Amino acid sequence: MPYEFLEDIATADIAFHAWGDDLEEVFKSAGDALINTMIDNLEAIAVTETRTFQLENDELDLLLFNFLQEFVYYKDSELLLLRAQQVQIETKASGYHLTAVTRGERLDRDRHHQRVDVKAVTLHQFQLEKTDNGWTSQVILDI
Amino acid sequence: MAPVDVLNQISDVIWEIPVSYKEGMRVPARIYGTEKLIRELDDAVYDQITNVATLPGITKYALCMPDGHFGYGFPIGGVAAMDVDQGGVISPGGIGFDINCGMRLVTTNLDYKEVKPHIKRLVDKLYERVPAGVGSAGFVKLSRNEFRKVAEQGAQWCIHNGYGWEEDLELTEEQGCLKGADASKISEKAIDRGAHQIGTLGSGNHYLEIQVAKRENIFDKNLAKAMGITRPDQVVVMFHCGSRGFGHQVATDYLQSFLKVMESKYGIKILDRELACAPFHSPEGQAYFSAMQCGINMSFANRQVILHRIREVFSQVFERSPEDLGMHMVYDVAHNTAKLETHVVDGQERSLLVHRKGATRAFGPGMSDLPYRYQEIGQPVIIGGSMETGSYLLTGVSTGDQTFFSTAHGSGRTMSRTKARKTWQGQQLQKEMQQKGIYVRSTSHAGLAEEAGGAYKDVDEVIEVAELAGISQRVVKLTPIGNVKG
Repeated sequence: MPYEFLEDIATADIAFHAWGDDLEEVFKSAGDALINTMIDNLEAIAVTETRTFQLENDELDLLLFNFLQEFVYYKDSELLLLRAQQVQIETKASGYHLTAVTRGERLDRDRHHQRVDVKAVTLHQFQLEKTDNGWTSQVILDI
Repeated sequence: MAPVDVLNQISDVIWEIPVSYKEGMRVPARIYGTEKLIRELDDAVYDQITNVATLPGITKYALCMPDGHFGYGFPIGGVAAMDVDQGGVISPGGIGFDINCGMRLVTTNLDYKEVKPHIKRLVDKLYERVPAGVGSAGFVKLSRNEFRKVAEQGAQWCIHNGYGWEEDLELTEEQGCLKGADASKISEKAIDRGAHQIGTLGSGNHYLEIQVAKRENIFDKNLAKAMGITRPDQVVVMFHCGSRGFGHQVATDYLQSFLKVMESKYGIKILDRELACAPFHSPEGQAYFSAMQCGINMSFANRQVILHRIREVFSQVFERSPEDLGMHMVYDVAHNTAKLETHVVDGQERSLLVHRKGATRAFGPGMSDLPYRYQEIGQPVIIGGSMETGSYLLTGVSTGDQTFFSTAHGSGRTMSRTKARKTWQGQQLQKEMQQKGIYVRSTSHAGLAEEAGGAYKDVDEVIEVAELAGISQRVVKLTPIGNVKG
């Protein structure tokens, strides 16, 4: 599990630290951490539906912020629990462009063990950084 | 451990951080609490409340209520009044994503003995009829256009459509509708997220609780009577929820819109991106103000529809009409808002945009917007404690001007959700609560563990501070007997 939930920050919310060998991996890990905040058993999410995210932003960390928001959006609008299968990030003159293929299924109260609902992704102490070993991020989710 | 040595003690329960604490502070910050509560505060609260003190237009103090704790942007319990005629800003981080997350309290004319034999059936039916948890959809099916009407009309839409009584509106803050709401300022995404969520509770610290006003917990008989608490061991229903995915998306949309213009167009520099803001009198500020009022209205409508379901359930279980059961509202209060209010500051009337994030408006006797029945006693303030320890009903007081008539909103957390989940086990907690006479249903055992009473401050101490400081007055403490946990 390339992420961990943090005990010492964000009293009423949920904070996590996610990491990966490259940028694509850290995005995927952070996406899973967000869904895992809501659902205990990620392995129970079948991959029957596909949604593709296409996003762009001038700032790389805000691209991650936008990417995470998409999971929250589909959870409410279509009751879909999604996990990123492929993430591609390109740098263009107009900024950073992301294409992500996500797959999952509609929330099933019997099979998916609920934790707490995520209201929003916050920008408080939001971090995305390159390290010697790859990339890390820290995110606080509003609960 | 909090850096308490920077504080100047103003009274037994008021502590000030001077402007010298951080570069850019325009006003001092004031935190309400006993010395014990202050010492237990997370360092982040100091950082967050002093960041708030740097925002343009902030007037007098950046305030943190006695239940304050680690938030994002503002701390939870943060109050800041921005002078809109002096470049004052509006900030989604000072309101929260869950716009108008709030409380509603409803009476019955039943006493504990009459309700006790039915508690399991009541809670089970409420759990069934008021959907809670991740995602979730309510029973009210609306077209996108009809949902826009809800956003503009709030609880009034509900009354026109048969979900409540005319008297409910008078007993709701702002009569359940902010007229400045403009649905053209909300995104399609916000509608996608919220259109099917009216009548749903949500999750986290949201709940619906059946409570008892025990005779020994009435602090002021006359005030209690004026609020409809008239019988010994009277049963009431309290619930806490907000504007659901709709409000969350409105805040998310404008947070990003403000980030784009804040510095480049308005020259505003902030210390935390979550404090993104725009001048109130700017096209962006005004657009968010209108959209945020849609969020407030949707939340009033959500609580109104939930009240309708509660009345249906009680009526079904007791085979009497809700009117016959005396199911009248005490009041409905908002927690996460920014409202344009007139306050007297240093002898002068000023137009202030009062941000309250995890704080309750607490208007004193005689103030405008109070229903006729509360004109003499002040505004009812509904404080949701933890599901184990109890809640309070307070009233606003005339000395509340020190906080722009704001007070606490709950007991305030002291432990993170992640740590609480490691400390308690949901199923075990559910059993223990049942042994104590509290029957709980939840969509999530993990979520239940996160809400354990031990993860919160001592609600009695928090409320005592609010009373000692002169920002509200105790009326009744309410004890839980049944709970639907989101």
